[in-house]
Amino acid sequence: MNALDVRELRLRLPGTARPVLDGVDLTVAPGETVALVGESGSGKSLTSRAALGLLPPGAVPTGEVLVDGRDVLTMDAARLRELRTGRAAMVFQDPRAAVNPLRRIGDFLTESVRLTGTMSAADADRRAVELLDAVGLGPELMRRYPGQLSGGMLQRVMIAAALMGDPVLLLADEPTTALDVTSQAEVIALLDRLRERFGTGLLFVTHDLGLAAAISDRVYVMYAGRIVESGPAEALFEGPRHPYTAALLSSTPRLDGPTGRLAAIDGQPPDLRQELTGCAFAARCRYATDLCREEAPALRPAPGRPGQPAACHHPLEGSPADV
Amino acid sequence: MSEAAPRTAVPDTAALEVTGLCRTFGAVRAVDEVSFTLPAGGSLGIVGESGSGKTTTARIVVGLERADAGRVLVKGRARAGGARGRAERLARAREVQMVFQDPYLSLDPRTSVEAALRETLRLHFPGADHQARIKELLDQVGLGTRAAEALPRQLSGGQRQRVAIARALAVQPAVLVLDEAVAALDVSVQAQVLNLLADIRERTGIGYLFITHDLGVVRCVTDEVVVMRHGRIVEAGPTATVLDDPQHAYTRLLLESVPRPGWDPDRIAAARRAL
Repeated sequence: MNALDVRELRLRLPGTARPVLDGVDLTVAPGETVALVGESGSGKSLTSRAALGLLPPGAVPTGEVLVDGRDVLTMDAARLRELRTGRAAMVFQDPRAAVNPLRRIGDFLTESVRLTGTMSAADADRRAVELLDAVGLGPELMRRYPGQLSGGMLQRVMIAAALMGDPVLLLADEPTTALDVTSQAEVIALLDRLRERFGTGLLFVTHDLGLAAAISDRVYVMYAGRIVESGPAEALFEGPRHPYTAALLSSTPRLDGPTGRLAAIDGQPPDLRQELTGCAFAARCRYATDLCREEAPALRPAPGRPGQPAACHHPLEGSPADV
Repeated sequence: MSEAAPRTAVPDTAALEVTGLCRTFGAVRAVDEVSFTLPAGGSLGIVGESGSGKTTTARIVVGLERADAGRVLVKGRARAGGARGRAERLARAREVQMVFQDPYLSLDPRTSVEAALRETLRLHFPGADHQARIKELLDQVGLGTRAAEALPRQLSGGQRQRVAIARALAVQPAVLVLDEAVAALDVSVQAQVLNLLADIRERTGIGYLFITHDLGVVRCVTDEVVVMRHGRIVEAGPTATVLDDPQHAYTRLLLESVPRPGWDPDRIAAARRAL
């Protein structure tokens, strides 16, 4: 059974002309690291939050979001609480915004399991110290306040807190964006070790294709509420099939890319107040034809590359993986 | 000018010359003997992590922070010390302008783009007719007349950053300090703004001081780079040389920390602890 199984997820928000999520399909197997890549407004964070049943006010969802086989969208409040303290957990971008500055770290770590009554206070403390050790922090931190910790340390505390309930699914929404580059490596190394040790499925939400390629088994690329391409990280990086994936790669200033002007993508992503016919990327795509503007392309695998479907009428071919 | 700093044949027309800058906050030496030169029309990157002193250095250059020691020359003129009087303050502001990471915080939410530009122009060049100049500035940063009437919240992040750049350019500064100015932008928008900045530098000959943590950005937009750590410069030189053949262990660590396929975070974490 998959840790996360999102099927045909559609999400409508009040006052918008098109769904913010438009038929998202996505899976995370136990022990697998999956990256969900997109720019702001692509729906990547909405998708990951939906796995916890966290929907924006007024949102009308259709489809299924199965965590460990159970549909989150049909759960009542009590079930949701149970889900969020147990089988699924999330690490957010800004650890300072996710913690009460007036409560000690120990309180913060043990709060959820104490409140749900799944553990006694003594057991919870023991488990918290154990997890602090797993993320490379000492037991003395239990008595400290968030203000006494650096951003990197606090993010490790967040990861420990997320693991308190033995989740099958860990959602990480840009967990390293607020950190320095060198502490980013440390947090990623830690997440990877823990995933291996506890067999947790990890959904990593990021805007950074380089980071996604560096850490994940599989990558999904989102644009305007749709998955436009997915596949093994390396294949996608080496031979993107969707023009958007390719454009995203070439507009990223890289250390090994060409110098000089970047190949920027003209224009902006489509507005939510605007209805979409055809491919959402058509207006910015240099390969777009009339067909693209009229008919939305479905996710289709390439002949000979079953693991890398792209939603494009004119997918890019000629990757070294073909020959 | 009797005690000349040890520098090699830099003409006095350097856009910016910083010598022996120091700043202490309590027991922390935030900036420790920092010196660098930005040639006219050049682009210099300051790279470092939080606590490296890169932002404090930038703030001293702009005049938002006082230095304990050292001096800052813009086009050969000293900039240290507090400005006396309104005219002097304005003249100082015209030398160096700054663009911050989050234009939301640096633009008045109730002022339209055009009004914001007009306010700056009226403050610095009173009495002139600014309509043509406003149009020119908007053109320069790739904003249309529709954006001119918009309030900041009606614009996208990239457009807001273009407004901030236009406003900084309005006073024709010699130096533009960009403090993580593209860090909050989406990749595709970031590329647009970086290309725009390159175009502007080509056309106007303005000098850039680019404060960033992103080595990819540094490689893309700077000619020279200084790497800062704990308030000190640990390595400096032409960008291509420093990035292709880093001499300092910390520069190497920064380079290795950039995620890419085949990346080994464990090794980086170990290297970081060893340093």
